[in-house]
Amino acid sequence: MTESIQGYKGKALEVIKKFHVRVWSDALIKSTRGEFQGIILPRSENDDQFHIVLKLATGYNVGIDVHTITEMTEIGYKEAHYKIPEKEFPFTPGLPKVKLLGTGGTIASRLDYRTGAVIPAFSPGELYGAVPELAQICNLDTEKVFAVFSENMGPMQYKKLAVAIGEEIEKGIKGIIIGHGTDTLHHTAAALTFMCQNLPIPVILVGSQRSSDRPSSDAALNLMHAATAAGHGDIAEVMICMFGPTSDEYALLHRGTRVRKMHSSYRSTFRTIGDIPLATVTRQGVQAIRNDYNPRRNDHQVKILPYFHDKVSIVYYYPNMQPDIIDSLVDNGYKGIVIAGTGLGHVNKLIYPAIRRAAAAGVAIYMTVQTLWGFVHMFVYDTGRDLMAMGIVPAENMLPEVAFIKLSWALGQTSDLEEIKKIMLTPISGEITKGEPYNGYLIYQGGIPEVEEFIRKVHK
Amino acid sequence: MQKEINADQNYQKTLIETGWVCFEEATAETYKHLGFKSGLEIHQQLQTREKLFCHCPTGIYQDFDDYDAEIVRHMRPTLSELGEYDGTALMEFKTRKEVIYRIKNRTACTYEVDDTPPFPLNRQALEIAIEISLLLKQYIVGEVHITRKQYLDGSIPTGFQRTAIIGIEGAIPLKNKPIRLIQLSLEEDSCREVSDIGHRRIYTTDRLGMPLIEMVTYPEMLTPAEVAEAAHYLRFLARSTGKVRTGIGAAREDVNVSITGGTRIEIKGVSHIREIPLLVHVEAFRQKALLTMREKLVAVISDPKSWQTRSCILDLDVKAVAYPFPESSQKLVAVLLPKFKGILSHFTQPGKDFSSELSDRLKVISCLEKPNLIHSEMANVEEFDHLAKLIKSRLKAEPGDAWICFAGPDEDIPTAIETIQERCQLAFEGVPRETRKSLADGNTLFERVLPGADRMYPDTDSAPIPVPEEDIEQIRNSLPVDLPFRLAQLKEWQVPQDCWTYLLRNNLMPVAEQIVNDFEVEPLFVCTLLAQNIKGRMRLKKKPFPFSKLVDIFAFLKDNNIKWELIKEMIPIIIDNPKIDFQSILNLLSWKKEISSDLFSAVPYFTKSVLKDCRIDCKTSAISWVMGKLRPRALGNVDMQEIFNAIEKQITTQEKKND
Repeated sequence: MTESIQGYKGKALEVIKKFHVRVWSDALIKSTRGEFQGIILPRSENDDQFHIVLKLATGYNVGIDVHTITEMTEIGYKEAHYKIPEKEFPFTPGLPKVKLLGTGGTIASRLDYRTGAVIPAFSPGELYGAVPELAQICNLDTEKVFAVFSENMGPMQYKKLAVAIGEEIEKGIKGIIIGHGTDTLHHTAAALTFMCQNLPIPVILVGSQRSSDRPSSDAALNLMHAATAAGHGDIAEVMICMFGPTSDEYALLHRGTRVRKMHSSYRSTFRTIGDIPLATVTRQGVQAIRNDYNPRRNDHQVKILPYFHDKVSIVYYYPNMQPDIIDSLVDNGYKGIVIAGTGLGHVNKLIYPAIRRAAAAGVAIYMTVQTLWGFVHMFVYDTGRDLMAMGIVPAENMLPEVAFIKLSWALGQTSDLEEIKKIMLTPISGEITKGEPYNGYLIYQGGIPEVEEFIRKVHK
Repeated sequence: MQKEINADQNYQKTLIETGWVCFEEATAETYKHLGFKSGLEIHQQLQTREKLFCHCPTGIYQDFDDYDAEIVRHMRPTLSELGEYDGTALMEFKTRKEVIYRIKNRTACTYEVDDTPPFPLNRQALEIAIEISLLLKQYIVGEVHITRKQYLDGSIPTGFQRTAIIGIEGAIPLKNKPIRLIQLSLEEDSCREVSDIGHRRIYTTDRLGMPLIEMVTYPEMLTPAEVAEAAHYLRFLARSTGKVRTGIGAAREDVNVSITGGTRIEIKGVSHIREIPLLVHVEAFRQKALLTMREKLVAVISDPKSWQTRSCILDLDVKAVAYPFPESSQKLVAVLLPKFKGILSHFTQPGKDFSSELSDRLKVISCLEKPNLIHSEMANVEEFDHLAKLIKSRLKAEPGDAWICFAGPDEDIPTAIETIQERCQLAFEGVPRETRKSLADGNTLFERVLPGADRMYPDTDSAPIPVPEEDIEQIRNSLPVDLPFRLAQLKEWQVPQDCWTYLLRNNLMPVAEQIVNDFEVEPLFVCTLLAQNIKGRMRLKKKPFPFSKLVDIFAFLKDNNIKWELIKEMIPIIIDNPKIDFQSILNLLSWKKEISSDLFSAVPYFTKSVLKDCRIDCKTSAISWVMGKLRPRALGNVDMQEIFNAIEKQITTQEKKND
């Protein structure tokens, strides 16, 4: 491995060593392009090895090409300590006790020079320093369960979280917030829904789409909304709490099994699919928009079922998909496959043999739709009937990611296909619904006069 | 009872104590005495098709009420890279503003509303910025690092401006001395403000994200005239590239001013360079006034650190006071300023006293709309006698104290009291660091606390962009002619000074030079044609002239062997019909080719008739009369001076004959 000091490597590192300067030193650099003075900052590891980063007195950063450097002199030294001011989180009698379980992600973050990205910062004191309004909502305690980026969340983490939730409920907490990166927030929400049943209190998953190192971040408001829903809300389910519109107005509480991240960068990225959300949240409180939810209770009777099987996969069907895709899963010992099929739940004939082979090997195969909205209907066309005859089970209107999580969870408990089928098709918390309400599918198209009028008047 | 202060007299007295000199009477010596120093930050929009960090079009503006959607945001302060909160940021957070963005789909995408990370930096903008940086003889950076500069006023939906240094140092030559530059940065423009009332501020996003450069000088200008000269120079230099935007708002100046013992004050958003001298003059004396005031305060108050205001909520209905407090006011609050007698009516700017410094801050920081305060040194304070008595008894006022009374909604009262305390406390230090808004009358208003380097943060959404030597060389090889050369050229061509600004501001020197060289036209003729005839016609018709066609017109005249003078007749027609072909202009003018000997031989006929039939006895009038008759035929066909000479000669001979 090549040597690197604070991100400097190769040529840049040579130059730094040659002139005996250090990272964080206030340096005068003479170059063929002129003289520059400033503090030498660490460099992001992924950037090239031909530039040195300098913070000028005006606060701006610039890069100096090492090939142009003729001389460097250290004239001072100032190392920065980036720290969110830590203040003790005050206890207010009468406010509910809420626990924030940290997993990583961008809810609170600070700069990481190594990668140039932001890394999570997290403690009640830091959070209070950054979002003092939280103290008016609840008495907050925090625990860092682990620190991973959203994309690295997996079965281990789901199980750990489920157990932690069980323990907190045992201790009598009034609500739980889980801070989480947004990319796989809905996977975790589904997993926790299946693993923590009969919840007496709200479990709120929350993240942020704009990191908290920026003034326009949604993190602070998301945290306030989540704290309100966890401490004061009546809905005792696993929910995702994120912006309703992109404006700083209100959040939506989405049922953990019907929600999906639908935009790579919008604040209002999470949407309930094929149904309507459970509630809206403002700092004033939770406003339910449906009443068929699991209400808050005073007991501690939660069922924690931390099971998960690793050998499950989602196959996203595309035209001309070859059978070897399925074959290789079977050959590698996969026990469950969720197919995201086209239309009502279809795949082409080319892969029929592979499906037969998988079914014969005892692999549990479930069909979902890549349209996301709507039910699997495999009786409508011959293709569907053929597939069912081969052993594929239609998963109703379960979202592909939710079916994947549920199948993994079911396989974690039993290998009996019939038993699995019973688990899969018996809804636990709205992952399969009896029907889809008319307003469960609303994707407005911009440009249409009445939609434009609506957008002009109502903050989206 | 103590004798109340006479506000007007005190204002006049303190104005004299400050040593105020009016602008017209000030000399270089006045400013030297003050220790006047000024620096400039010139913002110039660049002429690119797309915005700096997204592909939305530039230069398309919406009416303030014309929008497709509104988005609501709030801003929170965050830490700088070095782990500090910025003072301005904290102040802006106190104001708790709801910010509304009015977007038009045509000029805004999800980038503008901070719902998507930036796209790669616009290369065209980068190249123009490097070009101008080279013209300023700057050191170009090896790698451009995008930095976030925090703005919590909401003028940028992200809460920060993406900005990057392109070059540092460099200098410009003024008449008497060079002025050095600190840096040139490339940055995205901000939103346009629609309104700012109470806790709600509204912006449009049309201008947001348009590329602009900021050129910053050292504070080396020592008189207002030098500041204006430097501003003109920097503007002309940017314009000389032909790659910057022109028109209203395309160039904006921020001016930094300080005097000995004062501090750097940034005057923002000056849209005309001609306003600068008066603004900086007034600001210099405002600082002087605050320093004079400070001396008085520290003489009376021995321990400024422990000086405290006292305040109470008055048990009096807002409506019971005959003062136009804003509608939303719920309670009346009195604040006592111990030992502050004579301060509130202390001169600060022409027509303004220290109480307006408080009033401005109450508006900006505490969201109390103006008029927002009654105080013990108002000119008409006796009208509030009842209120004054109540305040004095409630707050146990002593002679020598001053008081303020404001009204506001409950939630703004603590901030307002704090704001008054804070500003008064700063009076002991002298001049607080502020950015101030320029007004047309030369005065300025508090805008915000001057931000420091703490508001800078690296942009984690974008990677550094290397600037290799080859790129710089390529730009260097096609740089426009240096501005000092142009200035020398104007002098050599004997172009009147009043034409210079127009020619340089509109970057017309390259085209003038081309015409002079290609067609051997008198430089003075070309320059006055541009800076007088065309300029005048454009003003009159309020329409632009297609300067790009000018060379073609000269070529057309040359090919048809037409004298240059005819062009002046052609200009109004071209302004009205920019796409017209040149032959059609001649038809519209009913212009005909005439043989010059025919024209000259017509001279005697007209002179005879003017002298005989028309009985005009004054010689000059006679010449003009004949000239008028012949002019339409002569224009473009013969040299007008020659025909003039011929008429004059003819008349002189005729006169002699008649005698």
